[in-house]
Amino acid sequence: MNMIKLSWKYLIAKPLSTGLNILLLALGLAIITVLILIQDQFENKMTKDAEGIDLVVGAKGSPLQLILSSVYHIDFPTGNIDLKDAMALSKNRLVKNIIPLGLGDNYQGYRIVGTNHDYLALYSATFSQGIAWEKPFEVVLGHEVAEKIGLKTGDTFIGSHGIGSSSHEHDAHPYVITGILAPMGNVLDKLILTSIESVWYTHDEEHDHATHEAPVAKKGFPVTDQDREVTALLIQYRNPIAAVQLPRFINSKSALQAASPSFEISRLFELLGIGVKLIQGLAIVIIIIAGLGIFIALFNSLKERKYDLAVMRTLGASSWQLFLHIVLEGVILTILGAVVGIAIGHLFLVILVMQNDQGAISTLSAAVFLKEELWILGYAVIVGILASLIPAWNAYQTDIAKQLTKA
Amino acid sequence: MILRANNIEFYYDSKQKFKIPDINLDTGEQMLILGKSGSGKTTILNIIAGLLKPRSGKVEIGQTDIYALKGSQFDKFRGKNIGIIFQKPHILVPLTVEENLQLANFFVEENTHLIEPLLKELGIWDKRKAKINTLSEGEAQRVSIARALVNKPKLILADEPTASLDDENAASVVRLLQEQARKYGAALIIVTHDQRVKDHISNQIIIGGQL
Repeated sequence: MNMIKLSWKYLIAKPLSTGLNILLLALGLAIITVLILIQDQFENKMTKDAEGIDLVVGAKGSPLQLILSSVYHIDFPTGNIDLKDAMALSKNRLVKNIIPLGLGDNYQGYRIVGTNHDYLALYSATFSQGIAWEKPFEVVLGHEVAEKIGLKTGDTFIGSHGIGSSSHEHDAHPYVITGILAPMGNVLDKLILTSIESVWYTHDEEHDHATHEAPVAKKGFPVTDQDREVTALLIQYRNPIAAVQLPRFINSKSALQAASPSFEISRLFELLGIGVKLIQGLAIVIIIIAGLGIFIALFNSLKERKYDLAVMRTLGASSWQLFLHIVLEGVILTILGAVVGIAIGHLFLVILVMQNDQGAISTLSAAVFLKEELWILGYAVIVGILASLIPAWNAYQTDIAKQLTKA
Repeated sequence: MILRANNIEFYYDSKQKFKIPDINLDTGEQMLILGKSGSGKTTILNIIAGLLKPRSGKVEIGQTDIYALKGSQFDKFRGKNIGIIFQKPHILVPLTVEENLQLANFFVEENTHLIEPLLKELGIWDKRKAKINTLSEGEAQRVSIARALVNKPKLILADEPTASLDDENAASVVRLLQEQARKYGAALIIVTHDQRVKDHISNQIIIGGQL
């Protein structure tokens, strides 16, 4: 027998009340856990995916949409821009490097991105199989795409028009898989990468076999004498002055729009922040109610237990041991609540991820444990101590003789 | 002398002073304190048990003036040296029979290894894992006797131990108390208004006039 066991015995003597209090606290803490996990992973992932991209240029529209569609590949593109405008921009002395993107097709919901080898270099992509594309209609699959659709190098597939699920299929031009990327833990995992030329030729009406066999541009823009378009440009600045001058210069040109990923992301988080704060507030209210619940449960049980406490004193327990006995009950309750809460939080995330196997949520992982979750345990213990302080003080002051003669 | 309670005075109101006869008991001695309800016999028990400080006088158990002890020292001393049996068993319901006894050992930080022999002698060994609410009244009373004895106290105090029992059970409880007190060399005081107990112990004090 020891103090913890004694408190535990008293807790399980009232399974319903104990269970309810644990559940209520767990619910509040589960919400906090989910928020912490999602926020941390989103911020991490978003920062990682935008690393090395100073500016995104695309068609006029919402700057946030431009960033979401061409950096994170979650929203729809704002439109296409003229290749000539794009190439003109690449000659600007403030631009160090420019990576063109051609979007608009998908295969089973996975986006086909036309680009050059600089895009692979931007994320330091490594291959688990095969090599990068060299000719039109050669593609490289992101790790997750390969896993989900179960294709390997040498296999072919037919892309569909549109960003989301298929509308009509480009049945004239099957893609050939030349490589599969190693797991990168970033946006590449969910993309099908190919050359800009592939995207162009897919949409052409006539078929010119000579051009379809020519090697594609691995850096910069493809050489063409036709009127062509690209969807967006990822730009790296040559120097800090570019951050001031380049966006203003581009936005003043009527056809183009420039947006900074870091600026748009912080704006997005600001917008999301209101919602997060609201949910956080709700969670805190639930935790406070749970704390009150524990307080009331202990306080009420104390009335019935005054006699038990007096008996313990006659058996040799000191006032402090009675105090500890009640505080331990509160703390055991809240530690259990915290453990259950963290478990529910992770379970909730597992279910959430399982139900969304594409899109932003699917990049989350429930198997991540953060330092902040230890804080949750700490907060729970504080709630337990606060809730049990007054009942424990009452227990401390038990007047043995009065209690024992009252019955 | 195992118990010396001399010159003890107690009052809630100084106009109604209440003088308590001196009580001196040696190891193995037994005493009956008889009195009507309201005669103050429970007050005497509380004072001897170290639960209620008298206005004047001294209670000594062994060589220790118990009311000179402070805080948890006092609690430990009480738990170790005084075993109390109440009118109702007052066993801690969330614990099993055995755990109730273990708790008494735990609070005085000493394992007396008496749990098994006591429960066997009192015929409740096979109930050791039982929950309290499955016990009969007689069994419950025996558990409370076992718990009062498990720390090997020098003094056993019983407050109306027979009040809620029928004749047969009452007699057996008194017999058990006497037996066990003798066996573990403890002094025994039974406080009661129950006439049935009178014949068992000849050493008697009557409080507040004849019954």
